[in-house]
Amino acid sequence: METTEFIKNFADQFDDTDASEFTLETRFRELDEWSSLNALAILNMIGKKYSVFLKPDEMKPTNTVQELFDLVQSKLS
Amino acid sequence: MNPFSLVGKTVLVTGASSGIGRATSVICSQMGAIVIITGRNEVRLSETYEMMEGNDHIQIAADLTNYEQLSKLIERIPKLDGIVNIAGIANPLVLQLTETSDVNEIMQINAIVPIHLTRLVLQQKKLNKGASLIYISSINGNNCAYIGSSIYAASKSALTGFMKGVALELSSRGIRANCINPGMIDTDLLSSGSIGQEELEKDRLKYPLKRYGKPDEVAYAVVYLLSDATQWITGSSLLIDGGYTLQ
Repeated sequence: METTEFIKNFADQFDDTDASEFTLETRFRELDEWSSLNALAILNMIGKKYSVFLKPDEMKPTNTVQELFDLVQSKLS
Repeated sequence: MNPFSLVGKTVLVTGASSGIGRATSVICSQMGAIVIITGRNEVRLSETYEMMEGNDHIQIAADLTNYEQLSKLIERIPKLDGIVNIAGIANPLVLQLTETSDVNEIMQINAIVPIHLTRLVLQQKKLNKGASLIYISSINGNNCAYIGSSIYAASKSALTGFMKGVALELSSRGIRANCINPGMIDTDLLSSGSIGQEELEKDRLKYPLKRYGKPDEVAYAVVYLLSDATQWITGSSLLIDGGYTLQ
């Protein structure tokens, strides 16, 4: 799993925040447009692209893209 | 004679390996029906079979989305006094990430299978006069909607529309068709699913009766609609939602 690709897939789930703004350090819960719909879309994206099926409770402790990436990575290995 | 009794009735239940399907199979057997149960998971289907009371019940494992298995199932079963279409799926999925295969799968299992099943039992003359057809629909798509379930909503309202056509078309033979529209029911589908425990707790409190429904509570409604007590009820949708859609 590549971080650049993960960031791109992650950014695709947002409409108002420009894709270029996303980095591994982005604290996504603090974005203006963050909502439960983004959360569901990100869970769906991770399921579709990486075949990792996270529960919302598992995603809850993550705040940055890096933390979420690490969580997905840990499920893959 | 108890008008709510199912003694002497033969009933087919789909989705019988878990949740509402399992509860319905067990409770129908307790009410005296001969129950033919079907489901995809052979092991869990036999667990349901073991839980049923009385004799002469039949279990047939089948994947009803496989047309050949569906028609074979209909060929094997005796004439029916009732069909309870329960098999269904629900996965939270936002529309923008929904693919053709997701749409097909949800529509197939929730709407197309009950349509083909009903068509096949008619064509193979497997329905007794006065039979009762029951479709487990949902409040979702009929009375309200949720984020991440537009295709599910489409499949469930398709089922309701189909039920109405069937109810009218078969009325001359005394065959009745009705839907049950449950709100959220506590089943494995929920506990193993992709919804968080904290969200579930919050959602439960949105129900005026402060909890989700139980599979048994849907099964009791099934018994009611299968029984002779409801011989003048057809084309209706019975709401079982703890008051959710009042608000």
